[in-house]
Amino acid sequence: MKNHVMIEARDIVTRFGKHVIHDGVSFKIHKGEIFGLLGGSGSGKTTLLREMIMLQKTSAGAMLVLGTNVMTTSSKMAQKLRQKWGVLFQFGALFTSLTILENVAVAMKEYTNLPDWLIEESALMKLSMVGLPPKVANMYPSELSGGMKKRAGLARALALDPKLLFLDEPTSGLDPQSARAFDELIVTLRDTLGITVVMVTHDKDTIANVLDRFVILGNKKVQFEGTMDVLKQTTDNELKKFLS
Amino acid sequence: MKKIPSLQVTQNNESFNVILQGTWVKESIQKLEPALSALTCKPNTHYTFDLSGISEFDTHGIMLILHYVKKFEAQQCSINKVGANESLEKLLTICEQHYPQEKIVEKKEIFLLSYLENVGKDMFQGYKTLSSFFSFTGELTHYVIAAFLKPLNIRLKATLYHIEQSGAGALPIILLTSFLIGIVIAYQGATQLEKFGANIFIVEMVTISAVRELAPLLTAIVVAGRSSSAYTAQIGVMKITDEVDAMSAMGFSPWNFLVLPRLFALILSLPLLVFFADVVSVFGGMVIASTKLDVSFVEFIDRIKQTVALKHLIIGLIKAPIFGCIIATIGCFRGFQIDSSTESVGKYTTISVVNAIFWVIAIDAIISVLLTELGL
Repeated sequence: MKNHVMIEARDIVTRFGKHVIHDGVSFKIHKGEIFGLLGGSGSGKTTLLREMIMLQKTSAGAMLVLGTNVMTTSSKMAQKLRQKWGVLFQFGALFTSLTILENVAVAMKEYTNLPDWLIEESALMKLSMVGLPPKVANMYPSELSGGMKKRAGLARALALDPKLLFLDEPTSGLDPQSARAFDELIVTLRDTLGITVVMVTHDKDTIANVLDRFVILGNKKVQFEGTMDVLKQTTDNELKKFLS
Repeated sequence: MKKIPSLQVTQNNESFNVILQGTWVKESIQKLEPALSALTCKPNTHYTFDLSGISEFDTHGIMLILHYVKKFEAQQCSINKVGANESLEKLLTICEQHYPQEKIVEKKEIFLLSYLENVGKDMFQGYKTLSSFFSFTGELTHYVIAAFLKPLNIRLKATLYHIEQSGAGALPIILLTSFLIGIVIAYQGATQLEKFGANIFIVEMVTISAVRELAPLLTAIVVAGRSSSAYTAQIGVMKITDEVDAMSAMGFSPWNFLVLPRLFALILSLPLLVFFADVVSVFGGMVIASTKLDVSFVEFIDRIKQTVALKHLIIGLIKAPIFGCIIATIGCFRGFQIDSSTESVGKYTTISVVNAIFWVIAIDAIISVLLTELGL
């Protein structure tokens, strides 16, 4: 089970008009891994993440998520797939017209037949799990700070106990202490729920302490794929920048 | 290991053995919940939850178990959880640690009280909106005067841009609607006037009603629908994305950059639009007059020169900038009221259009009565 492939990118090519972002990007993400997408600004990390969750189409190549090619799958399969993953967007992307509790509960209300009291308890538990006090439950996103929005976004991503968790810069904009707590939380979630985590990050502490494996994107291609220990052996100056 | 979720209870004197088996995940909860809720608890009984048979679990399944565990504990039963494997134990500990202490209690609402509360809230909201509108218009006046004292500070390019967007862009639809209105007045008038053989009075009827009242009003309503909503949404989204704050912080006054160009654009372009609307609606009347009533174009224009005073045209054109001022002020004011929620964009855009149209009509009515009483 350890080497069970959750996501596989095969020769991904992405073009915006004439502008080429990826030119033959391939990698594999295994079950239970915390996998990082690294690279400089504009190297197409977030684009790659968006392609995995079907928010963007690739120009060529295949993206297999849980064994399904997300480029060619039917809309019915796609809908099933969407319930198996949770996504945390960079700025939380909470629904501004719903309270925090409703934000977390909305997927459970829509996709499960759990009784209302259990939905409420589960949602409150998840809010507490990501480190939010119970009093925020009835507040609206506009009343929360950026870090709290991010936590609430994570609680919403975890609502359906996903197999896969996509995080877009989870620790950016958090103070160092909260960032480390966030890292710990992600590791705990992986250990307990067996979630596979895919994250885009710039945070050197996160890279060193949390990621099991990662790819470094650059120059439209994968420059490096592997673990921190392997990266430490490198002599490439460009790659050394990612060592803390 | 059993896949089917199940629950078995065996009794041994004062203690119960609850054996949980199978998949305790969100899909099976509907089936499990009735079985669990059937368990009753007498004080001082002992329960043992045997979790060793659980083959698959998620937080929802665990929350279900915890809910009943907490409930029994509250009824002074002693609970023992045994047989959880390592990962279940871990998740169980986390869930228990974060189990919500208190329920979010919804306030019971008494109809009359909540009704009164809402009336009060609405009244207070209305009062607050009114006072902030006054402060908005006050500040606007200040900046308009400041702009006239230093005309170089007026953003000419932005003003021209808004004249193009809100003025020139609205021209086709305004021409079409005014033409149709001219036809409608003439057509309805023609059938009545024909009865009296007073065909030639179609000229006064069409020209005065169109030029003095209908063309300005119609133009203003179309512009209110187009531009007041656009202004509100533009400014509101800029507020949401912090662009307004960024401008203020960089020393670009939002008044000079956002509000004044829009205000000046409408004040300048509305009279021009109204003039076009005047011409086209009278032309619409002329077309009907010549086809239905045998009043030729030449006769029609001669009659206008003889009997229709210039004041009607001037009154219509004087109203236009007033309408423009109302529309731009309301559009911008509502835009600045938008807060950080996306819902409020829709809410205030709607309010903005409704307000603008209402006040255009209301001010038109006041001016109409006032001028007629003054004998103009």
